[in-house]
Amino acid sequence: MAIENSDTLVVPAAQAHTGQGLGTGNPADAFVVEPARARTKRTPRRTRTNFEMLAWLFMRLSGVVLVFLILGHLLIMLVLDGGVSKIGFAFVAGRWASPFWQGWDLLMLWLAMLHGANGMRTVINDYAEKDSTRLWLKTLMGAAAVFTVLLGTLVIFTFDPNI
Amino acid sequence: MPAGTLYRGREGMWSWVAHRVTGVLIFFFLFAHVLDTALVRVSPQDYDTVIETYKNPIVNLMEYGLTAAILFHALNGLRVVAVDFWSKGAKYQKQLLWSVVGVWVVLMAGAFYPILQHTLRTWFGG
Repeated sequence: MAIENSDTLVVPAAQAHTGQGLGTGNPADAFVVEPARARTKRTPRRTRTNFEMLAWLFMRLSGVVLVFLILGHLLIMLVLDGGVSKIGFAFVAGRWASPFWQGWDLLMLWLAMLHGANGMRTVINDYAEKDSTRLWLKTLMGAAAVFTVLLGTLVIFTFDPNI
Repeated sequence: MPAGTLYRGREGMWSWVAHRVTGVLIFFFLFAHVLDTALVRVSPQDYDTVIETYKNPIVNLMEYGLTAAILFHALNGLRVVAVDFWSKGAKYQKQLLWSVVGVWVVLMAGAFYPILQHTLRTWFGG
């Protein structure tokens, strides 16, 4: 709770004799205690970040976008035009000839991987009780996610239909 | 069992459990899927050989299962967004869940033939 006492300057007990602030001659001034978390000139401007809030927000925003991207992907790949039968190199080459579908797949890859990795981070934090286990699982999962998202990106950008 | 694994146990908790389980399943599939797609950079033959696995009847059934997991995760995710951002979302979270289940059942019934048509045609002709 912040001390909002208009024009009264609260000074540390050690400064009570300086005549500043509450140094009114009242012996009780010697007992003015500085709040434990009072900010000083040396306190960093930001002592914490909004990372968890931003992660929470990202899950909802990316989730809504992914509903369209992934359900569209499933519809095209597994439902329409004969289902899975049609899929092959030629089909992929036909789709990735269009920047629209390249962009669709690239956005889907990045959002899905970030959404999934953040979800896994939450699950690991919930169930791995040892500090070192949590750290290792998150490191491994993060490394796998970074590798996979970069591999997928490389594949989309360097795809060659005449390979 | 880790502390806090069971919480009240009704619609709210079980939808949360199902959301986690489907999320983890989808995440692991994503790794496999990016790797199999990366084979288009190796050779058309290698890609087509691996894609043949997707046309195996058992794997075809697993695709129907994957669709079930993704569809639940998507619909329930929209419910979570509604609970968080719609002023009446928390009040109607149970009704929202049963709507999710209802839409899921209808869409999964509709997706049965289209997704499994490859296997059904192989077995029964047509």
